[in-house]
Amino acid sequence: MQKDTLKALLDAQKKRRSFVRISPLAGGADDLVSEDHMPKDHPQASELAECFRTGRSKIVETPGGEVFLQAFLPAPRLMIIGATHIGQVLVRLAREVGVEPFVIDPRTAFATKERFGDVEIITKWPGEALGNLGLDRRCGVVCLAHVPDIDDEALEAALKSESFYIGALGSNRSHAKRLERLKKKGCDPDGFSRIHGPVGLDIGSVSPAEIALSIIAELVKTLRIQNGD
Amino acid sequence: MNTTLHTAQTWLEEGRDVALATVVETWGSAPVPVGGHLIIDGSGNFAGSVSGGCVEAEVMARSEDVMASGKSELLEFGVANETAWGVGLACGGRIRVFVEKLG
Repeated sequence: MQKDTLKALLDAQKKRRSFVRISPLAGGADDLVSEDHMPKDHPQASELAECFRTGRSKIVETPGGEVFLQAFLPAPRLMIIGATHIGQVLVRLAREVGVEPFVIDPRTAFATKERFGDVEIITKWPGEALGNLGLDRRCGVVCLAHVPDIDDEALEAALKSESFYIGALGSNRSHAKRLERLKKKGCDPDGFSRIHGPVGLDIGSVSPAEIALSIIAELVKTLRIQNGD
Repeated sequence: MNTTLHTAQTWLEEGRDVALATVVETWGSAPVPVGGHLIIDGSGNFAGSVSGGCVEAEVMARSEDVMASGKSELLEFGVANETAWGVGLACGGRIRVFVEKLG
């Protein structure tokens, strides 16, 4: 791989653009294809489209021999709404599995550097914060504030986006109430099944750290199995 | 993945020779998925992984040739392969690893 190719790939990741690198396994020059500028008549068009969709890399047979299609998709992000105790652990677990965390909470007493260390903390309301950051299909949103005004605003934004994972803390009862509120605000109930609520895999979590673990496990499951990453 | 490639870029900027090994195919149990990266420099420093540690030493040895010649190589390791047992791929899986020079 040329130095310039490596630089182009790393820059693309920073700008959240998706690329596939095509390398002939018998040796020879490689090629980079951008999702935004994919030639429709490309000989591997359907395989490339699959790589972009699933993030899975694979070998493809061509008349010129085997080529390896390696997908380089932007790093998944997790928007943590509510600078809570669960959120503190979630930041650390997200990083361990290669997910970039952001903490959003308008309550400045909660969202402090002292409690969260060197993670990006945004002390704005979720609507504005998520609007500025942008929610693409490699982003997840998890609502932990347990304050309806804060969580609902984030869910409204998430439901309008392509976010691959949406979660909201709370019991079945409080989740049902939440969906009623979202409906009144004009959210399309067809999208409600996208919200994981109660949030997290059912592993019998009790402590904040265990709940954070169940959330990160559910997020990984969604990324790897449902989305086929 | 990204961390390893970032490290590779840093190494190149420092003027080191760097080889990039990529898992291109796996069968059966394989601890590192397709697309996983290992980088090796001219002094034998390495970062990332292509297996749970079973074939790293062999990949590193072969990467010296790749760095010297600039020609990429496709390596295969598996239980059916005597060399693989030699280097300890006892997990029951098979993998193919593409090794190329960076820069």
